[in-house]
Amino acid sequence: MFEFMVALKSQGFMQNAVIIGLFASVACGIMGTYVVVKRIVFISGGISHTVLGGMGIAYYYGYHPIYGAVVSALVAAIVIGLVSLRYHQYEDTIIGALWAIGMAVGILFIYKTPGYNIDLMSYLFGNILMVDKGSVYLVASLDALIIALVLLFYKRFLAVCFDEEYSQLQGIGVVTTYLLLLCLIALTIVILIQVVGIILVIALLTLPAATARYYVRSLGQMMILASLLGAVFTTSGLIVSYQPNLPAGATIIVIAGLAYLLATVFKGLASRVHGHRDKGTHEKMAGLEQGCKITES
Amino acid sequence: MSQKKSVIEIDHVDFAYNGDLILEDVTLTVKERDFLGVVGPNGSGKTTLLKIILGLIHPLRGKVRVFGQAPERARHLIGYVPQHTDLDSSFPISVMDVVLIGRLGKAPLLGRYGKTDRQAAEEAMQEVEIYDLRNRRFGTLSGGQKQRVLMARALVGKPNLLLLDEPTTSVDGRVEQDIYELLKKLNEQVTIILVSHDLGFISSYVKHVACVNQRLVCNPTNEITGDVIEACYSGPVHMIKHQCEL
Repeated sequence: MFEFMVALKSQGFMQNAVIIGLFASVACGIMGTYVVVKRIVFISGGISHTVLGGMGIAYYYGYHPIYGAVVSALVAAIVIGLVSLRYHQYEDTIIGALWAIGMAVGILFIYKTPGYNIDLMSYLFGNILMVDKGSVYLVASLDALIIALVLLFYKRFLAVCFDEEYSQLQGIGVVTTYLLLLCLIALTIVILIQVVGIILVIALLTLPAATARYYVRSLGQMMILASLLGAVFTTSGLIVSYQPNLPAGATIIVIAGLAYLLATVFKGLASRVHGHRDKGTHEKMAGLEQGCKITES
Repeated sequence: MSQKKSVIEIDHVDFAYNGDLILEDVTLTVKERDFLGVVGPNGSGKTTLLKIILGLIHPLRGKVRVFGQAPERARHLIGYVPQHTDLDSSFPISVMDVVLIGRLGKAPLLGRYGKTDRQAAEEAMQEVEIYDLRNRRFGTLSGGQKQRVLMARALVGKPNLLLLDEPTTSVDGRVEQDIYELLKKLNEQVTIILVSHDLGFISSYVKHVACVNQRLVCNPTNEITGDVIEACYSGPVHMIKHQCEL
Protein backbone atom coordinates (compact mmCIF):
# COMPACT_ATOMS: atom_id res chain seq x y z
CA MET A 1 0.00 0.00 0.00
CA PHE A 2 2.77 2.44 1.02
CA GLU A 3 4.87 1.58 -2.04
CA PHE A 4 1.79 2.08 -4.19
CA MET A 5 1.20 5.56 -2.77
CA VAL A 6 4.84 6.49 -3.40
CA ALA A 7 4.60 5.20 -6.98
CA LEU A 8 1.30 7.06 -7.47
CA LYS A 9 2.95 10.34 -6.42
CA SER A 10 6.13 9.97 -8.39
CA GLN A 11 5.30 7.83 -11.44
CA GLY A 12 3.31 9.14 -14.41
CA PHE A 13 2.39 5.62 -15.55
CA MET A 14 0.74 4.88 -12.21
CA GLN A 15 -1.30 8.10 -12.37
CA ASN A 16 -2.40 7.20 -15.92
CA ALA A 17 -3.38 3.73 -14.73
CA VAL A 18 -5.55 5.01 -11.87
CA ILE A 19 -7.20 7.69 -14.04
CA ILE A 20 -7.98 5.29 -16.88
CA GLY A 21 -9.32 2.80 -14.36
CA LEU A 22 -11.73 5.42 -13.00
CA PHE A 23 -12.86 6.49 -16.48
CA ALA A 24 -13.35 2.86 -17.41
CA SER A 25 -15.50 2.32 -14.30
CA VAL A 26 -17.99 4.98 -15.37
CA ALA A 27 -18.40 3.43 -18.83
CA CYS A 28 -18.60 -0.13 -17.52
CA GLY A 29 -21.12 0.85 -14.82
CA ILE A 30 -23.46 2.53 -17.30
CA MET A 31 -23.22 0.18 -20.27
CA GLY A 32 -22.67 -2.95 -18.21
CA THR A 33 -26.07 -2.29 -16.65
CA TYR A 34 -27.69 -2.55 -20.09
CA VAL A 35 -25.70 -5.70 -20.92
CA VAL A 36 -26.89 -7.39 -17.72
CA VAL A 37 -30.57 -6.39 -17.80
CA LYS A 38 -30.96 -6.98 -21.55
CA ARG A 39 -29.08 -10.31 -21.19
CA ILE A 40 -26.72 -9.65 -24.07
CA VAL A 41 -23.53 -10.91 -22.46
CA PHE A 42 -22.89 -13.29 -25.37
CA ILE A 43 -23.40 -10.53 -27.95
CA SER A 44 -20.96 -8.33 -26.01
CA GLY A 45 -18.47 -11.22 -25.92
CA GLY A 46 -18.75 -11.50 -29.69
CA ILE A 47 -18.07 -7.78 -30.14
CA SER A 48 -15.08 -7.77 -27.80
CA HIS A 49 -13.33 -10.73 -29.42
CA THR A 50 -13.75 -9.50 -33.00
CA VAL A 51 -11.93 -6.35 -31.85
CA LEU A 52 -8.62 -8.27 -32.04
CA GLY A 53 -9.11 -8.40 -35.83
CA GLY A 54 -9.25 -4.60 -36.04
CA MET A 55 -6.31 -4.17 -33.66
CA GLY A 56 -4.20 -6.60 -35.72
CA ILE A 57 -5.04 -4.88 -39.02
CA ALA A 58 -4.30 -1.40 -37.59
CA TYR A 59 -1.02 -2.65 -36.18
CA TYR A 60 -0.02 -4.21 -39.54
CA TYR A 61 -0.60 -0.95 -41.39
CA GLY A 62 1.25 1.07 -38.78
CA TYR A 63 -1.63 2.75 -36.94
CA HIS A 64 -2.24 2.82 -33.20
CA PRO A 65 -4.20 -0.39 -32.42
CA ILE A 66 -6.83 1.55 -30.44
CA TYR A 67 -8.14 3.15 -33.67
CA GLY A 68 -8.46 -0.28 -35.26
CA ALA A 69 -10.26 -1.38 -32.09
CA VAL A 70 -12.79 1.47 -32.30
CA VAL A 71 -13.60 0.78 -35.96
CA SER A 72 -13.84 -3.00 -35.64
CA ALA A 73 -15.91 -2.79 -32.43
CA LEU A 74 -18.47 -0.53 -34.13
CA VAL A 75 -18.62 -2.72 -37.26
CA ALA A 76 -18.97 -5.86 -35.13
CA ALA A 77 -21.74 -4.22 -33.05
CA ILE A 78 -23.81 -3.38 -36.13
CA VAL A 79 -23.26 -6.76 -37.85
CA ILE A 80 -23.97 -8.79 -34.70
CA GLY A 81 -26.92 -6.54 -33.84
CA LEU A 82 -28.53 -7.10 -37.24
CA VAL A 83 -27.86 -10.84 -37.01
CA SER A 84 -29.53 -11.03 -33.61
CA LEU A 85 -32.58 -9.10 -34.87
CA ARG A 86 -33.02 -10.77 -38.26
CA TYR A 87 -31.74 -14.32 -37.77
CA HIS A 88 -32.68 -14.86 -34.17
CA GLN A 89 -32.74 -18.66 -34.52
CA TYR A 90 -29.09 -18.88 -35.61
CA GLU A 91 -27.93 -15.99 -33.43
CA ASP A 92 -25.55 -17.88 -31.16
CA THR A 93 -23.98 -19.91 -33.96
CA ILE A 94 -23.33 -16.86 -36.13
CA ILE A 95 -21.96 -14.80 -33.23
CA GLY A 96 -19.72 -17.73 -32.26
CA ALA A 97 -18.34 -17.84 -35.81
CA LEU A 98 -17.72 -14.06 -35.95
CA TRP A 99 -16.07 -14.24 -32.54
CA ALA A 100 -13.54 -16.85 -33.74
CA ILE A 101 -12.96 -15.33 -37.18
CA GLY A 102 -12.25 -11.92 -35.65
CA MET A 103 -9.63 -13.33 -33.33
CA ALA A 104 -8.05 -15.46 -36.08
CA VAL A 105 -7.77 -12.49 -38.44
CA GLY A 106 -6.12 -10.46 -35.69
CA ILE A 107 -3.58 -13.14 -34.94
CA LEU A 108 -2.73 -13.57 -38.67
CA PHE A 109 -2.08 -9.84 -39.10
CA ILE A 110 -0.07 -9.55 -35.91
CA TYR A 111 1.99 -12.58 -36.94
CA LYS A 112 2.71 -11.10 -40.39
CA THR A 113 3.64 -7.63 -39.09
CA PRO A 114 7.33 -7.00 -39.83
CA GLY A 115 9.70 -5.70 -37.19
CA TYR A 116 9.81 -6.56 -33.54
CA ASN A 117 7.16 -8.89 -32.27
CA ILE A 118 4.62 -7.10 -30.13
CA ASP A 119 3.36 -8.49 -26.93
CA LEU A 120 0.17 -10.32 -27.93
CA MET A 121 -0.44 -11.00 -24.26
CA SER A 122 -1.00 -7.30 -23.51
CA TYR A 123 -3.80 -7.15 -26.12
CA LEU A 124 -5.42 -10.28 -24.75
CA PHE A 125 -4.99 -9.62 -21.04
CA GLY A 126 -4.42 -5.85 -21.02
CA ASN A 127 -1.63 -3.82 -19.55
CA ILE A 128 -3.02 -0.92 -17.63
CA LEU A 129 0.45 0.18 -16.51
CA MET A 130 1.49 0.75 -20.13
CA VAL A 131 -1.31 3.16 -21.17
CA ASP A 132 -0.07 6.53 -22.44
CA LYS A 133 -1.53 10.04 -22.06
CA GLY A 134 -3.08 9.76 -25.56
CA SER A 135 -5.15 6.75 -24.53
CA VAL A 136 -6.28 8.57 -21.38
CA TYR A 137 -7.61 11.49 -23.47
CA LEU A 138 -9.29 9.13 -25.95
CA VAL A 139 -10.94 7.18 -23.14
CA ALA A 140 -12.09 10.43 -21.47
CA SER A 141 -13.75 11.62 -24.68
CA LEU A 142 -15.41 8.22 -25.26
CA ASP A 143 -16.73 8.44 -21.69
CA ALA A 144 -18.20 11.88 -22.35
CA LEU A 145 -19.84 10.63 -25.55
CA ILE A 146 -21.36 7.61 -23.79
CA ILE A 147 -22.76 9.69 -20.91
CA ALA A 148 -24.22 12.30 -23.26
CA LEU A 149 -25.95 9.75 -25.50
CA VAL A 150 -27.29 7.71 -22.58
CA LEU A 151 -28.78 10.87 -21.05
CA LEU A 152 -30.44 11.73 -24.36
CA PHE A 153 -31.74 8.24 -25.11
CA TYR A 154 -32.34 7.01 -21.55
CA LYS A 155 -36.09 6.47 -21.84
CA ARG A 156 -35.78 4.79 -25.25
CA PHE A 157 -33.02 2.44 -24.12
CA LEU A 158 -35.07 1.56 -21.05
CA ALA A 159 -38.18 0.83 -23.13
CA VAL A 160 -36.33 -1.25 -25.72
CA CYS A 161 -34.50 -3.27 -23.05
CA PHE A 162 -37.64 -3.94 -21.01
CA ASP A 163 -40.20 -4.55 -23.75
CA GLU A 164 -38.99 -4.53 -27.35
CA GLU A 165 -42.40 -5.41 -28.79
CA TYR A 166 -44.23 -2.59 -27.03
CA SER A 167 -41.53 -0.10 -28.05
CA GLN A 168 -42.09 -1.17 -31.64
CA LEU A 169 -45.81 -0.47 -31.22
CA GLN A 170 -44.91 3.03 -30.04
CA GLY A 171 -43.21 3.53 -33.41
CA ILE A 172 -39.81 4.56 -32.08
CA GLY A 173 -37.41 2.74 -34.43
CA VAL A 174 -36.45 -0.20 -32.28
CA VAL A 175 -33.72 -1.35 -34.70
CA THR A 176 -31.87 1.98 -34.68
CA THR A 177 -32.21 2.32 -30.92
CA TYR A 178 -30.90 -1.21 -30.36
CA LEU A 179 -27.97 -0.72 -32.76
CA LEU A 180 -27.08 2.59 -31.07
CA LEU A 181 -27.10 0.81 -27.72
CA LEU A 182 -24.78 -1.90 -29.09
CA CYS A 183 -22.45 0.74 -30.56
CA LEU A 184 -22.13 2.40 -27.13
CA ILE A 185 -21.42 -1.03 -25.63
CA ALA A 186 -18.77 -1.49 -28.35
CA LEU A 187 -17.07 1.80 -27.38
CA THR A 188 -17.17 0.75 -23.73
CA ILE A 189 -15.48 -2.52 -24.68
CA VAL A 190 -12.68 -0.57 -26.39
CA ILE A 191 -12.18 1.44 -23.18
CA LEU A 192 -12.17 -1.64 -20.98
CA ILE A 193 -9.72 -3.48 -23.25
CA GLN A 194 -7.15 -0.84 -22.22
CA VAL A 195 -7.60 -1.96 -18.63
CA VAL A 196 -8.06 -5.72 -18.64
CA GLY A 197 -7.60 -6.87 -22.26
CA ILE A 198 -9.89 -8.66 -24.68
CA ILE A 199 -10.27 -11.95 -22.82
CA LEU A 200 -11.28 -10.43 -19.47
CA VAL A 201 -13.35 -7.54 -20.77
CA ILE A 202 -16.69 -9.34 -20.40
CA ALA A 203 -16.03 -9.87 -16.70
CA LEU A 204 -15.38 -6.18 -16.05
CA LEU A 205 -18.41 -5.24 -18.15
CA THR A 206 -20.84 -7.48 -16.30
CA LEU A 207 -19.60 -8.14 -12.74
CA PRO A 208 -19.99 -4.61 -11.26
CA ALA A 209 -23.49 -4.32 -12.78
CA ALA A 210 -24.50 -7.83 -11.75
CA THR A 211 -23.34 -7.12 -8.18
CA ALA A 212 -25.12 -3.75 -8.11
CA ARG A 213 -28.37 -5.34 -9.30
CA TYR A 214 -28.91 -7.00 -5.92
CA TYR A 215 -29.22 -3.65 -4.16
CA VAL A 216 -31.12 -1.35 -6.52
CA ARG A 217 -34.66 -0.59 -7.65
CA SER A 218 -34.06 1.31 -10.86
CA LEU A 219 -31.76 1.29 -13.85
CA GLY A 220 -30.29 4.68 -12.89
CA GLN A 221 -29.38 3.49 -9.38
CA MET A 222 -27.86 0.35 -10.87
CA MET A 223 -25.64 2.44 -13.16
CA ILE A 224 -24.38 4.64 -10.33
CA LEU A 225 -23.69 1.76 -7.95
CA ALA A 226 -22.05 -0.31 -10.70
CA SER A 227 -19.75 2.62 -11.57
CA LEU A 228 -18.74 3.02 -7.92
CA LEU A 229 -18.11 -0.71 -7.60
CA GLY A 230 -16.07 -0.63 -10.83
CA ALA A 231 -13.94 2.19 -9.39
CA VAL A 232 -13.37 0.20 -6.20
CA PHE A 233 -12.46 -2.97 -8.13
CA THR A 234 -10.01 -1.31 -10.55
CA THR A 235 -8.28 0.83 -7.93
CA SER A 236 -8.00 -1.95 -5.36
CA GLY A 237 -6.78 -4.29 -8.12
CA LEU A 238 -3.99 -1.84 -8.91
CA ILE A 239 -3.05 -1.50 -5.23
CA VAL A 240 -3.09 -5.25 -4.52
CA SER A 241 -1.13 -6.16 -7.67
CA TYR A 242 1.55 -3.48 -7.33
CA GLN A 243 3.91 -4.82 -4.70
CA PRO A 244 3.88 -8.56 -5.54
CA ASN A 245 4.16 -7.52 -9.23
CA LEU A 246 1.02 -9.38 -10.30
CA PRO A 247 -0.77 -8.72 -13.62
CA ALA A 248 -3.17 -5.85 -12.79
CA GLY A 249 -5.98 -6.88 -15.17
CA ALA A 250 -6.27 -10.40 -13.78
CA THR A 251 -6.12 -9.08 -10.19
CA ILE A 252 -8.96 -6.63 -10.88
CA ILE A 253 -11.11 -9.42 -12.30
CA VAL A 254 -10.45 -11.79 -9.39
CA ILE A 255 -11.49 -9.05 -6.94
CA ALA A 256 -14.63 -8.25 -8.97
CA GLY A 257 -15.50 -11.94 -9.25
CA LEU A 258 -15.08 -12.54 -5.50
CA ALA A 259 -17.23 -9.51 -4.71
CA TYR A 260 -19.95 -10.83 -7.00
CA LEU A 261 -19.82 -14.29 -5.44
CA LEU A 262 -19.99 -12.82 -1.92
CA ALA A 263 -22.92 -10.59 -2.87
CA THR A 264 -24.73 -13.58 -4.37
CA VAL A 265 -24.20 -15.71 -1.26
CA PHE A 266 -25.35 -12.86 1.02
CA LYS A 267 -28.40 -12.32 -1.14
CA GLY A 268 -29.23 -16.02 -0.94
CA LEU A 269 -28.84 -16.05 2.86
CA ALA A 270 -30.86 -12.85 3.25
CA SER A 271 -33.77 -14.19 1.21
CA ARG A 272 -33.68 -17.44 3.19
CA VAL A 273 -33.94 -15.54 6.49
CA HIS A 274 -36.70 -13.45 4.96
CA GLY A 275 -38.40 -16.64 3.80
CA HIS A 276 -38.42 -18.04 7.38
CA ARG A 277 -40.09 -14.92 8.65
CA ASP A 278 -42.79 -15.22 5.99
CA LYS A 279 -43.26 -18.92 6.50
CA GLY A 280 -46.21 -18.54 8.84
CA THR A 281 -48.15 -16.50 6.30
CA HIS A 282 -47.27 -18.97 3.54
CA GLU A 283 -48.67 -21.86 5.55
CA LYS A 284 -51.90 -19.97 6.08
CA MET A 285 -52.13 -19.30 2.37
CA ALA A 286 -51.47 -22.96 1.56
CA GLY A 287 -54.32 -23.94 3.88
CA LEU A 288 -56.66 -21.59 2.07
CA GLU A 289 -55.63 -22.97 -1.29
CA GLN A 290 -56.27 -26.51 -0.13
CA GLY A 291 -59.73 -25.54 0.98
CA CYS A 292 -60.44 -24.31 -2.50
CA LYS A 293 -60.81 -27.49 -4.45
CA ILE A 294 -61.33 -27.53 -8.15
CA THR A 295 -63.40 -30.48 -9.22
CA GLU A 296 -64.35 -31.62 -12.66
CA SER A 297 -67.86 -32.75 -13.16
CA MET B 1 -79.31 5.24 -33.82
CA SER B 2 -76.86 5.40 -36.66
CA GLN B 3 -75.07 2.33 -37.99
CA LYS B 4 -71.95 1.59 -35.94
CA LYS B 5 -68.65 1.97 -37.75
CA SER B 6 -66.32 -0.97 -38.33
CA VAL B 7 -63.16 -0.79 -36.23
CA ILE B 8 -61.50 -3.91 -37.59
CA GLU B 9 -62.01 -5.63 -40.93
CA ILE B 10 -60.18 -8.88 -41.47
CA ASP B 11 -60.84 -10.36 -44.89
CA HIS B 12 -59.90 -13.95 -45.84
CA VAL B 13 -56.62 -13.91 -43.94
CA ASP B 14 -54.12 -16.79 -43.95
CA PHE B 15 -51.06 -16.73 -41.73
CA ALA B 16 -48.18 -19.21 -41.76
CA TYR B 17 -45.07 -19.48 -39.62
CA ASN B 18 -42.14 -21.61 -40.83
CA GLY B 19 -44.45 -23.27 -43.37
CA ASP B 20 -47.11 -24.20 -40.80
CA LEU B 21 -50.51 -22.68 -41.38
CA ILE B 22 -51.56 -21.01 -38.12
CA LEU B 23 -54.62 -19.14 -39.35
CA GLU B 24 -56.68 -20.12 -42.36
CA ASP B 25 -59.29 -18.08 -44.18
CA VAL B 26 -60.22 -15.89 -41.22
CA THR B 27 -62.84 -13.25 -41.88
CA LEU B 28 -63.94 -11.06 -39.01
CA THR B 29 -65.50 -7.65 -38.55
CA VAL B 30 -65.52 -5.82 -35.23
CA LYS B 31 -67.82 -2.85 -34.78
CA GLU B 32 -67.34 0.24 -32.65
CA ARG B 33 -67.75 -0.32 -28.87
CA ASP B 34 -68.03 -4.06 -29.26
CA PHE B 35 -66.59 -6.31 -26.56
CA LEU B 36 -65.37 -9.38 -28.40
CA GLY B 37 -64.05 -12.43 -26.60
CA VAL B 38 -61.73 -14.60 -28.68
CA VAL B 39 -61.51 -18.12 -27.30
CA GLY B 40 -59.83 -21.27 -28.48
CA PRO B 41 -57.47 -23.98 -27.26
CA ASN B 42 -53.75 -23.32 -26.66
CA GLY B 43 -51.84 -22.85 -29.89
CA SER B 44 -55.00 -22.14 -31.87
CA GLY B 45 -53.74 -18.80 -33.22
CA LYS B 46 -55.48 -16.39 -30.84
CA THR B 47 -52.36 -14.37 -30.03
CA THR B 48 -51.37 -14.50 -33.70
CA LEU B 49 -54.68 -12.84 -34.55
CA LEU B 50 -53.94 -10.00 -32.09
CA LYS B 51 -50.44 -9.51 -33.52
CA ILE B 52 -51.87 -9.30 -37.03
CA ILE B 53 -54.28 -6.57 -35.86
CA LEU B 54 -51.31 -4.74 -34.32
CA GLY B 55 -49.30 -5.08 -37.54
CA LEU B 56 -46.47 -6.84 -35.69
CA ILE B 57 -46.75 -9.71 -38.17
CA HIS B 58 -48.17 -9.78 -41.65
CA PRO B 59 -50.62 -12.26 -43.15
CA LEU B 60 -49.66 -14.52 -46.00
CA ARG B 61 -52.87 -13.69 -47.85
CA GLY B 62 -55.87 -11.51 -47.22
CA LYS B 63 -56.53 -7.96 -46.13
CA VAL B 64 -56.49 -6.34 -42.69
CA ARG B 65 -57.87 -2.88 -41.99
CA VAL B 66 -57.88 -1.18 -38.59
CA PHE B 67 -59.86 2.07 -38.41
CA GLY B 68 -59.85 1.89 -42.21
CA GLN B 69 -56.06 1.97 -42.40
CA ALA B 70 -53.15 -0.45 -42.58
CA PRO B 71 -52.54 -1.82 -39.04
CA GLU B 72 -49.14 -0.11 -38.64
CA ARG B 73 -50.73 3.27 -39.29
CA ALA B 74 -53.47 2.72 -36.74
CA ARG B 75 -51.17 1.72 -33.87
CA HIS B 76 -51.52 5.05 -32.08
CA LEU B 77 -55.23 4.28 -31.69
CA ILE B 78 -54.64 0.84 -30.15
CA GLY B 79 -53.80 -0.09 -26.58
CA TYR B 80 -52.27 -3.53 -26.18
CA VAL B 81 -52.02 -5.57 -22.98
CA PRO B 82 -49.63 -8.50 -23.52
CA GLN B 83 -49.24 -11.45 -21.16
CA HIS B 84 -47.22 -10.15 -18.21
CA THR B 85 -45.42 -13.49 -17.92
CA ASP B 86 -43.48 -12.59 -21.09
CA LEU B 87 -41.78 -9.72 -19.23
CA ASP B 88 -38.60 -10.11 -17.18
CA SER B 89 -39.64 -9.84 -13.53
CA SER B 90 -36.04 -9.31 -12.37
CA PHE B 91 -35.74 -6.10 -14.44
CA PRO B 92 -35.13 -3.04 -12.23
CA ILE B 93 -37.96 -0.80 -13.44
CA SER B 94 -40.61 1.07 -11.46
CA VAL B 95 -44.35 0.86 -12.12
CA MET B 96 -44.31 4.52 -13.19
CA ASP B 97 -41.60 3.85 -15.78
CA VAL B 98 -43.49 0.86 -17.19
CA VAL B 99 -46.63 2.96 -17.62
CA LEU B 100 -44.63 5.80 -19.21
CA ILE B 101 -43.52 3.45 -22.01
CA GLY B 102 -47.08 3.86 -23.27
CA ARG B 103 -46.27 7.54 -23.89
CA LEU B 104 -42.99 6.93 -25.71
CA GLY B 105 -44.47 7.59 -29.15
CA LYS B 106 -45.89 10.96 -28.04
CA ALA B 107 -43.06 12.06 -25.74
CA PRO B 108 -40.15 14.29 -26.84
CA LEU B 109 -37.62 12.44 -29.02
CA LEU B 110 -34.66 13.06 -26.69
CA GLY B 111 -34.24 13.52 -22.97
CA ARG B 112 -36.82 12.95 -20.27
CA TYR B 113 -40.58 12.51 -20.42
CA GLY B 114 -42.53 15.77 -20.35
CA LYS B 115 -44.94 16.98 -17.68
CA THR B 116 -47.98 16.04 -19.79
CA ASP B 117 -46.60 12.49 -20.15
CA ARG B 118 -46.27 12.13 -16.39
CA GLN B 119 -49.73 13.55 -15.81
CA ALA B 120 -51.24 11.15 -18.35
CA ALA B 121 -49.42 8.25 -16.66
CA GLU B 122 -50.74 9.28 -13.23
CA GLU B 123 -54.30 9.52 -14.54
CA ALA B 124 -54.06 6.09 -16.17
CA MET B 125 -52.73 4.60 -12.92
CA GLN B 126 -55.61 6.15 -10.97
CA GLU B 127 -58.07 4.77 -13.49
CA VAL B 128 -56.96 1.19 -12.83
CA GLU B 129 -56.34 1.89 -9.12
CA ILE B 130 -52.60 1.31 -8.93
CA TYR B 131 -51.50 4.87 -8.18
CA ASP B 132 -50.21 3.80 -4.75
CA LEU B 133 -47.92 1.27 -6.40
CA ARG B 134 -46.26 3.80 -8.71
CA ASN B 135 -42.82 3.68 -7.04
CA ARG B 136 -42.74 -0.10 -6.54
CA ARG B 137 -40.50 -2.30 -8.67
CA PHE B 138 -42.62 -3.98 -11.36
CA GLY B 139 -41.14 -7.42 -10.72
CA THR B 140 -42.22 -7.46 -7.06
CA LEU B 141 -45.94 -7.09 -7.84
CA SER B 142 -48.51 -9.88 -7.88
CA GLY B 143 -49.96 -11.20 -11.13
CA GLY B 144 -53.14 -9.16 -10.84
CA GLN B 145 -51.23 -5.97 -10.02
CA LYS B 146 -48.88 -6.49 -12.98
CA GLN B 147 -51.93 -6.93 -15.18
CA ARG B 148 -53.29 -3.59 -14.02
CA VAL B 149 -49.94 -1.90 -14.66
CA LEU B 150 -49.96 -3.18 -18.23
CA MET B 151 -53.54 -1.99 -18.59
CA ALA B 152 -52.51 1.47 -17.39
CA ARG B 153 -49.70 1.42 -19.94
CA ALA B 154 -52.20 0.57 -22.67
CA LEU B 155 -54.67 3.26 -21.51
CA VAL B 156 -52.13 6.06 -21.14
CA GLY B 157 -52.10 6.52 -24.92
CA LYS B 158 -55.91 7.14 -24.84
CA PRO B 159 -56.71 4.28 -27.25
CA ASN B 160 -59.97 3.74 -29.13
CA LEU B 161 -59.33 0.00 -29.31
CA LEU B 162 -58.03 -2.18 -26.50
CA LEU B 163 -56.51 -5.61 -27.15
CA LEU B 164 -55.89 -7.94 -24.19
CA ASP B 165 -54.04 -11.25 -24.30
CA GLU B 166 -55.11 -13.63 -21.50
CA PRO B 167 -55.54 -10.86 -18.91
CA THR B 168 -56.64 -13.25 -16.19
CA THR B 169 -53.89 -15.87 -16.27
CA SER B 170 -52.31 -16.40 -12.86
CA VAL B 171 -54.84 -14.25 -10.99
CA ASP B 172 -57.45 -15.55 -8.59
CA GLY B 173 -61.19 -15.42 -9.15
CA ARG B 174 -61.87 -12.19 -7.26
CA VAL B 175 -59.14 -10.26 -9.09
CA GLU B 176 -60.42 -11.75 -12.34
CA GLN B 177 -63.86 -10.34 -11.61
CA ASP B 178 -62.37 -6.93 -10.74
CA ILE B 179 -60.54 -6.85 -14.05
CA TYR B 180 -63.68 -7.70 -15.99
CA GLU B 181 -65.70 -5.05 -14.12
CA LEU B 182 -63.04 -2.50 -15.05
CA LEU B 183 -63.16 -3.59 -18.69
CA LYS B 184 -66.93 -3.31 -18.68
CA LYS B 185 -66.62 0.31 -17.57
CA LEU B 186 -63.96 1.06 -20.19
CA ASN B 187 -66.14 -0.55 -22.84
CA GLU B 188 -68.54 2.37 -22.62
CA GLN B 189 -66.06 4.30 -24.74
CA VAL B 190 -63.52 1.83 -26.07
CA THR B 191 -63.81 -1.19 -28.35
CA ILE B 192 -62.32 -4.23 -26.65
CA ILE B 193 -60.98 -7.54 -27.93
CA LEU B 194 -60.02 -10.03 -25.26
CA VAL B 195 -58.23 -13.31 -25.89
CA SER B 196 -58.70 -16.17 -23.47
CA HIS B 197 -58.38 -19.94 -23.44
CA ASP B 198 -60.83 -20.09 -20.55
CA LEU B 199 -64.52 -20.00 -21.40
CA GLY B 200 -65.60 -19.76 -17.78
CA PHE B 201 -65.96 -16.09 -16.92
CA ILE B 202 -65.69 -14.64 -20.36
CA SER B 203 -69.27 -15.24 -21.51
CA SER B 204 -70.92 -13.14 -18.82
CA TYR B 205 -69.03 -9.97 -19.75
CA VAL B 206 -68.40 -9.97 -23.47
CA LYS B 207 -70.95 -9.00 -26.07
CA HIS B 208 -69.77 -11.44 -28.74
CA VAL B 209 -67.56 -14.49 -28.83
CA ALA B 210 -65.36 -15.77 -31.65
CA CYS B 211 -63.81 -19.23 -31.45
CA VAL B 212 -60.48 -19.65 -33.16
CA ASN B 213 -58.86 -22.95 -33.96
CA GLN B 214 -56.80 -22.23 -37.06
CA ARG B 215 -60.10 -21.32 -38.71
CA LEU B 216 -62.70 -19.07 -37.22
CA VAL B 217 -65.02 -21.84 -36.10
CA CYS B 218 -67.90 -19.77 -34.92
CA ASN B 219 -68.62 -16.30 -36.03
CA PRO B 220 -69.39 -13.64 -33.44
CA THR B 221 -72.85 -13.10 -34.86
CA ASN B 222 -73.91 -16.67 -34.07
CA GLU B 223 -75.37 -17.62 -30.76
CA ILE B 224 -73.04 -19.56 -28.51
CA THR B 225 -74.28 -23.09 -28.19
CA GLY B 226 -72.63 -26.24 -26.91
CA ASP B 227 -72.34 -27.58 -30.46
CA VAL B 228 -70.39 -24.58 -31.68
CA ILE B 229 -68.03 -24.69 -28.75
CA GLU B 230 -67.45 -28.38 -29.23
CA ALA B 231 -66.62 -27.72 -32.87
CA CYS B 232 -64.10 -25.14 -31.73
CA TYR B 233 -62.32 -27.34 -29.24
CA SER B 234 -62.86 -30.40 -31.46
CA GLY B 235 -64.31 -32.43 -28.61
CA PRO B 236 -66.67 -32.06 -25.68
CA VAL B 237 -65.63 -29.36 -23.26
CA HIS B 238 -65.37 -30.30 -19.62
CA MET B 239 -66.95 -27.48 -17.76
CA ILE B 240 -64.89 -26.75 -14.72
CA LYS B 241 -66.75 -25.94 -11.58
CA HIS B 242 -64.98 -23.88 -8.93
CA GLN B 243 -65.87 -24.97 -5.44
CA CYS B 244 -64.50 -22.95 -2.61
CA GLU B 245 -64.86 -24.14 0.92
CA LEU B 246 -63.39 -21.77 3.45
